[in-house]
Amino acid sequence: MRWMWIDRVVELQPRQKLVAVKHVSLAEDHLHDHFPATATGPAIPVMPASLIVEGCAQTAGILVGHAEEFREKVILAKVGRFELSRDAFPGQTLRYTATILQMDRIGAATSCTIELIDHESSGEKVRAAQVGAIDLMFSHLDNNMSGEKFPDHNFVFGESFKTLLRSSGVGGPW
Amino acid sequence: MTRDEIFSKIRDVLVDALAVDEEDVKPQSRLTTDLGAESIDFLDIVFKLEQQFGFKIAQGELFPENVAQDPEYVKDGKVTPKGITALKARLPHADFSKFESDPQISKVAEVFTVDALVTFVERKLASK
Repeated sequence: MRWMWIDRVVELQPRQKLVAVKHVSLAEDHLHDHFPATATGPAIPVMPASLIVEGCAQTAGILVGHAEEFREKVILAKVGRFELSRDAFPGQTLRYTATILQMDRIGAATSCTIELIDHESSGEKVRAAQVGAIDLMFSHLDNNMSGEKFPDHNFVFGESFKTLLRSSGVGGPW
Repeated sequence: MTRDEIFSKIRDVLVDALAVDEEDVKPQSRLTTDLGAESIDFLDIVFKLEQQFGFKIAQGELFPENVAQDPEYVKDGKVTPKGITALKARLPHADFSKFESDPQISKVAEVFTVDALVTFVERKLASK
């Protein structure tokens, strides 16, 4: 079981861009601890920024992995600049758009923008605004610069990722 | 482009890639020991130099790869004379004179100074 922090892949341009969405739900336990009510104030359930980073990493990681049909073990190696200007509340949707800036045999440099989609109660208006951006670097683990060896089995892209791709309609040999 | 101009652009790259202060980046600064670079940072620096200067850097051209895995080049934790000769040939922008007196493989990354990057870029631009 892997903790998935995106719900669906909605667009894929191989080796260039991948868009994924994450619906923030009050059914998620962690929102009740982030932040709970205190003696001085009510609970404020917001999506933790660290999990937004993870969602971006999964979005960009799938894009990088897809480029080589998931043969490479793609590992998040470096988080560069990260900006987030607004909180995401239950009922809102996060949309992550990852792009590959550069990629070679050793790894890839990517960037990811974060949009917040606010579904108004009337259902007629949906407002989306960019609320953040992040730079992420990935390593192709088997081609690491130190030459260190890892197991053959691709432990990065397991069944959870395959299920996500299948349910999003992203077909392939995996 | 003058050497000073190249240095200035490389300083910007390192401030961005390594989150260091501009005044900490000096010509003699070692990327690892002085500026805190780790292995993935070397790839980041390669990508950012390519973007900054508009040329392509081949794998192993700026930083060596898999030296420690070659038994001809490393013995008992030290780079052999044959290994040093090979490194010098592959990495003419780096100064190995200090490293040669104590060629421990764990210290090989220390030859990569800001000055070595400036020399590397200077050579690349001259060969364009």
